[in-house]
Amino acid sequence: MVNVIIEVSKYLMTLFIAIYTYLNFSYFRFHDEERQRRICGQQNLIMALLHLTAYSILYLKSEDERFILFYLEQVVFFAAYIGLYRLFYRNRTQILVNNMCMLLCVGWIIMARLSFDKALRQFFIVAAAALATWIIPLIVNRIWQLSQIPWIYGLMGLGMLAMVWMIGNNSYGAQLSLTVGGISFQPSEFVKISFVFFVAAMFYSSVNIRSVAAVSLVAAAHVLVLVLSKDLGSALIFFVTYLAMLFVATNNWFYLLSGAGAGCCASMLAYGLFSHVRTRVAAWWNPWADIDNRGYQITQSLFAVGTGGWFGMGLYQGMPYKIPVVEKDFVFSAISEELGGIFALCVILICLGCFLQFMMIAGKMQASFYKLIAFGLGIEYIFQVFLSVGGVIKFIPSTGVTLPLISYGGSSVLSTFVLFGVIQGLYILKKNDEEDYG
Amino acid sequence: MDRQLPNPKANKNILRITYVIAGLFVCLIGYFGYFLQFRRESVINNSYNARLDRFADRIVRGELQSHDGRILARTAVAEDGAETRVYPYGPLFAHVVGYFHMGKTGLEALGNFYLLTSHVNLIEKTVNELSNIKNIGDKVITTLDVDLQQAAYDALGDRRGAVIVMEPGTGKILAMVSRPDFDPNTLEQDWDMLISGENTQAQLLNRATQGLYPPGSTFKMVTVLEYIRENPETWRDFTFDCDGQYECGDYTISCYHGNAHGSQTLEQAFANSCNGAFAALGLELNPGGLYTLSEQLLFNGEQPLSLAFSKSSFVMGSDAGVWEILQTSIGQGSTQMTPMHNAMLTAAVANGGTLMKPYLIERVENAAGEEIHKFFPESGAKLMTAEEASLLSELMRRVVTEGTGSAVRTDAYPVAGKTGSAEFETGKETHAWFTGFAPVDNPQLTVTVVVEESGSGGQIAAPVARAIFDVYFSR
Repeated sequence: MVNVIIEVSKYLMTLFIAIYTYLNFSYFRFHDEERQRRICGQQNLIMALLHLTAYSILYLKSEDERFILFYLEQVVFFAAYIGLYRLFYRNRTQILVNNMCMLLCVGWIIMARLSFDKALRQFFIVAAAALATWIIPLIVNRIWQLSQIPWIYGLMGLGMLAMVWMIGNNSYGAQLSLTVGGISFQPSEFVKISFVFFVAAMFYSSVNIRSVAAVSLVAAAHVLVLVLSKDLGSALIFFVTYLAMLFVATNNWFYLLSGAGAGCCASMLAYGLFSHVRTRVAAWWNPWADIDNRGYQITQSLFAVGTGGWFGMGLYQGMPYKIPVVEKDFVFSAISEELGGIFALCVILICLGCFLQFMMIAGKMQASFYKLIAFGLGIEYIFQVFLSVGGVIKFIPSTGVTLPLISYGGSSVLSTFVLFGVIQGLYILKKNDEEDYG
Repeated sequence: MDRQLPNPKANKNILRITYVIAGLFVCLIGYFGYFLQFRRESVINNSYNARLDRFADRIVRGELQSHDGRILARTAVAEDGAETRVYPYGPLFAHVVGYFHMGKTGLEALGNFYLLTSHVNLIEKTVNELSNIKNIGDKVITTLDVDLQQAAYDALGDRRGAVIVMEPGTGKILAMVSRPDFDPNTLEQDWDMLISGENTQAQLLNRATQGLYPPGSTFKMVTVLEYIRENPETWRDFTFDCDGQYECGDYTISCYHGNAHGSQTLEQAFANSCNGAFAALGLELNPGGLYTLSEQLLFNGEQPLSLAFSKSSFVMGSDAGVWEILQTSIGQGSTQMTPMHNAMLTAAVANGGTLMKPYLIERVENAAGEEIHKFFPESGAKLMTAEEASLLSELMRRVVTEGTGSAVRTDAYPVAGKTGSAEFETGKETHAWFTGFAPVDNPQLTVTVVVEESGSGGQIAAPVARAIFDVYFSR
């Protein structure tokens, strides 16, 4: 009987997330605030249904009472997060809050299925992150001096990355994290944000050739240190983000094209110089040739996605744990395997929806500092999604980056909360301005 | 904060970049959809995918059948639900049908996904699922022909070796025998004996696709092709005077049992498999020419096969010494190839130079016999031009009419082929090879035979092929 329920539930969950995604895009069709508010309300309802269905299955299948308590804790979290945001930030963009919650919800479903303990740990990290980043929109609103300290962002970020390179912990052959007081964290996740602030603040004060050269130099230093730490995914994200920001700040096609050209040369150089780059490319080009070794992870991921098909195997019906590091970089494969390809597609579309919202906010900002921040963070976010998803379905070589808000990992989730908080702050800033002068 | 004016240009560029990103995601999503719709089956049907075993919890493994519907493997379900895989023909199809309990091989591995997928009608499926009854998996109908398999199996007898029978025009594998063999019905009981270190028989090895043998004189097909390519106008003028021993400096190459063939043209040397002539001819070839050609002919690389296979190897480079050239030109030396590879080369000659991809699964049906999938012939590599293929087939025809292939000389059907007697260890009998096809003008069947440590190709291997051709052409 349980099998039948699981079978039915997977179609139900696919339906729920499809409706949610549809609402997410239909939101943009309406400019009437009342309509928009209603859509957000419907989304919350759908999300609650999806959450309930998934946790019912998790409980039925595991027969572990802890799931009930855990479920209730999550419900309280969502209610509190959405409710408090509404209370304190009258001018917030609700759809962004919803999308964050939806992505967290998907993450907690798949994480609880993979490992209850990890899911619980992740939950507390998220709760702490939510609390800690609560104030960010306020800071963005009140402290206009944020644009005055570019070199603090730049040098601090670079220093942190250099520290990781020199004394970082080694995981899977790359230096990614630092351990301070027993807590391990990934500085690159935070430097991502300070980097965008650095570039935005610099270009805000000037975009003359001297300034461009100086910023480019610092940006190149960031990328170089990341490459030396073998953190290729981050290196690529920093590079692309910088190039896009440079282009938007200067409106100069020459910079864009020569930057892209330099990027291509640099990646070919990296391919020739570093064996780990060649390994990644080889594992992508033909993972079947070395299926026991270098190709193991990606082929297991393809088996997961393929076996799941459009509608998935159903929760607990697949073998996502066969994929190494499934709860971090390969979480998308686990979602696709058990919840289905359509579900996974909807997750991509929700991420894309967030990005479009970021771009709209960037477009509305007057001051180029804020514009560049919204734009830069948006590019960073979506490009990371692209690398993560593209890597696990073998669309591009795997670069080992996490799927924001869904993957397991404290630094990733905290920095994503900061990122969304800053954007939310910009939106509120704009909205308040409009109210003051409009 | 509004120190700078709002920048409409910047917004335009933001929009542009947004389009680029959206474009990237369209590609990503398109690829994802394409993978799920079209690539998934071929990807997940892999012995490394442990997930498929899970399917067996809900599906009774389907049947494997010969092309005319005879059962090669089926799953018997006892009243208590215990499942046994039954192989009605015992060891006859041991390697090509394979097994799935102790690792997966053969058709049990190739068809694993289909056998564990059920396409019974939706209502029946739902009712079964609700009442916890397993659904019946799909049937895999193979290209195998029981009569030809039996003929090949019997003709090979208790000798070690392998036989492959293919349709050159389609790539269908009609029979594939490897001996010694094992009985898949008692595989689990026999397993320890089969894999024990004291067992030197290697019964589990599919010699047809994984056994590596020196090709012996069958390699002269490659040597002669290289010679024709290098001397397109003058190759027919080649002559050689054979006294049974060809001496070149300190080295001597002997013909089989020291036979003196007398004055030989290239066609005669090929038909009589004159080693002296080919050793001399090999010295005339461009250094490295054979290496390039052999790589074009699938040596040292991947073969278009879905079964597990060993890579054939050809190592002689352009810096080879005289002895290595003499040996390699006649198929001795360090060259090694699988019987399946030889069968593919022969099939390409028979099919005007194009190798059709060998395949074993003809179609998939659900338990009620409705067709679910059908597999069609696919062109593989173009190994040689049509003209070259026709020259080779002319040469191979003469092997049968006036040379070493007399055992397949018959009025009933015209065969073209090549024999080989490959030395592999001094003092031991040679491996006997025959590879050929018939009828020569409109080839329908290629047969490749290797019999280990048994004697000459013409006397030992060709009669095996004859037995198979006889069965095929007498129906």
